[in-house]
Amino acid sequence: MKKKCAIWILTFVWMITVPGWAAAPVSTADHSRFEQLKKEFASGPEVTQACLSCHNEAGSQFMKTIHWTWICPESGDGKLGKAGLSMNNYCISIPENETRCTSCHAGYGWKDDSFDFSKEENIDCLVCHEQTGSYKKYPTAAGNPVEKPTRFPASGELYEPPDWNAVAQSVSRPGRENCGTCHFYGGGGDGVKHGDLDSSLFYPPRELDVHMSEDGGGFACVRCHTTVAHRISGRCYQTPAVEEHKSLIEDDLASRITCIACHGSSPHLEIPKLNDHTDKVACQTCHIPSYARGGVPTKMLWDWSEAGKLKDGKPYKVAGDLGRPVYDSQKGVFEWAENVIPEYAWFKGVIRNTLVTDTIDPDTVIGVNYLDTKPGDPNARIYPFKVHRGVQPYDAELNTLVFPKLFGPKGSGAYWSDFDWVVSIEKGMASRGLPFSGEVGFVESTFRYPITHMVMPKDQALSCSECHVREGSRLAGISGVYIPGRDSGGPLSVAGWILTALALLGVGLHACLRITGLGGKK
Amino acid sequence: MKKIYLYTRFERFWHWAQALLICGLLWTGFAVHGDLPWPDFYNAVIWHNRLGIAWLILFAFIIFWEATTGEWRHYVPTTRKLFAVARYYLLGIFKGEAHPVAKTPEAKHNPLQRLTYLGVALVIVPVQVVTGLLYWTYNDWHLFGFSMDLGLLAFVHVAGAFLFLIFLVIHVYMITTGHTPFAHLKAMITGWEEAP
Repeated sequence: MKKKCAIWILTFVWMITVPGWAAAPVSTADHSRFEQLKKEFASGPEVTQACLSCHNEAGSQFMKTIHWTWICPESGDGKLGKAGLSMNNYCISIPENETRCTSCHAGYGWKDDSFDFSKEENIDCLVCHEQTGSYKKYPTAAGNPVEKPTRFPASGELYEPPDWNAVAQSVSRPGRENCGTCHFYGGGGDGVKHGDLDSSLFYPPRELDVHMSEDGGGFACVRCHTTVAHRISGRCYQTPAVEEHKSLIEDDLASRITCIACHGSSPHLEIPKLNDHTDKVACQTCHIPSYARGGVPTKMLWDWSEAGKLKDGKPYKVAGDLGRPVYDSQKGVFEWAENVIPEYAWFKGVIRNTLVTDTIDPDTVIGVNYLDTKPGDPNARIYPFKVHRGVQPYDAELNTLVFPKLFGPKGSGAYWSDFDWVVSIEKGMASRGLPFSGEVGFVESTFRYPITHMVMPKDQALSCSECHVREGSRLAGISGVYIPGRDSGGPLSVAGWILTALALLGVGLHACLRITGLGGKK
Repeated sequence: MKKIYLYTRFERFWHWAQALLICGLLWTGFAVHGDLPWPDFYNAVIWHNRLGIAWLILFAFIIFWEATTGEWRHYVPTTRKLFAVARYYLLGIFKGEAHPVAKTPEAKHNPLQRLTYLGVALVIVPVQVVTGLLYWTYNDWHLFGFSMDLGLLAFVHVAGAFLFLIFLVIHVYMITTGHTPFAHLKAMITGWEEAP
């Protein structure tokens, strides 16, 4: 009897103490018991219809979100977004490249302009909600999985058709695997784009991300990116992720995406002086000393102007040190890096974009996106960024950036097959009804990503002297704030030490005169 | 040569404790400022704050002691013989002249000392205390409806530190101007001054 009792107590203790038990997604429904999900499915849209038969508002909710439209809902004019007039300096833009790019669209079959954004059954519920880990969309199939086993030539990876019933019955709240499937591979490869998001975050050690690691918080993405009616909190082009820094205590409905939502605005209990930074410095600045730390390199430079060189009439690649190509005939020159120290800038959450319709000055470095923040702005913080440097094509007569068609078979005008910039850009621009003069030039450009993931444990945060130092401060280029230790020196120090030296000289002279003068003493 | 008891036990204690604290404050302060390589910024800030608080507590005791013992009278400024003393340090001292003002238990400090110490206590110390406390409470300025540029505040605080440093240089040198080079130092340790 005693033994039984002890087992029960131990079981109970195990249940309440073992981390992960409480953190596992808890649902009020076991989807494997729903009749709707037991019928035979032949395609994704059929599964979606089954989902929507119960979740009858999910379709209309989801269709308003950026995951569906690829347009920032807050931008109003529909210009901002992958499907709008904005671009980056990686693969540049979507138009005419849909079948490749939209493998990361949470929908089925967006292969060109004719895609019907009002058809609810084209929503891909599974990519975000399935939990088997077996569901994969083929990289060049406009968001569709394969119908029969197919090997992707570029990687050699085998793609199997989904077991529709198994994946449909597995659905739950999105886990890291769901979000990471697209967001860790932005720019067409692991870690390419962001630098603070890559496959190392699927199972990160504590030093890589204290919140996401199993021996840390064990958080899934949605723990911070809280969601209301399929609207996932986060930054959206010009819209800051948060306008106000609020803790959950101040406002129970505050979005959880800020650090201070959980940690409060005075989180440093052991060394309260550190709290004096929170009005000027983002948490990320000290707590993410470097990015691309998980063993996955990130792309730092992409020079399109070098693309198109062929060997024996054939495209080729040159492998680099970090296991990534440094030259690719289709794409040009790349630079990669790991453990990168961020660049720092004042940031109030607003990022502006240079649109394809904007006139540029080709003699300057074009900020394809740029921060619209004045140094010292009271709403801004000093924030870490990955800056991706690029050399990209532009219209040398009209002075605008351009959308090139990159992906497509030989003869389609796609640059990756035909290696002709003029035709490729003509195709891309024409698909949006945009003018192109036929004159192609190349401009230097930058693209900035706020660094906000890969938060290190607190004992590995930046030390004070990384910034508070006269030479080699991480914040050397930051104006609009007085930084003790960095902004010293100058006229005051010079004058102060000269006066001190004069005082020493004065007393020394006085002493000499006393010694020589004392000779006359009786 | 007679011996007079000038400095009581507490007075000697506060003098030397203050000397140590101010040297520590100068050292750590200039390290925060970036003029000294050691300690590093973090330790310099931590110790500067600790020393500052310790000094503030000591200063409260000093003021209390000065007020309750009547010792404050030694710092009442006077112009009597002020110029004679100035002339002595500029000229007479080299010719072996006698100091124009003798130390007595009723008047421990000559007019020039009185002015200097009073200036330190009434100008440099308050400036350093006020700017130091403001610097320390940087993020709470809005609570007392106050706002200013941190750089300007730091400028004033550092300027005050240089004045302290220059005072220290001259003060330490002036110790040696007694009838023997160590007479004043001995007095500040034992309390007994040898009056020639």
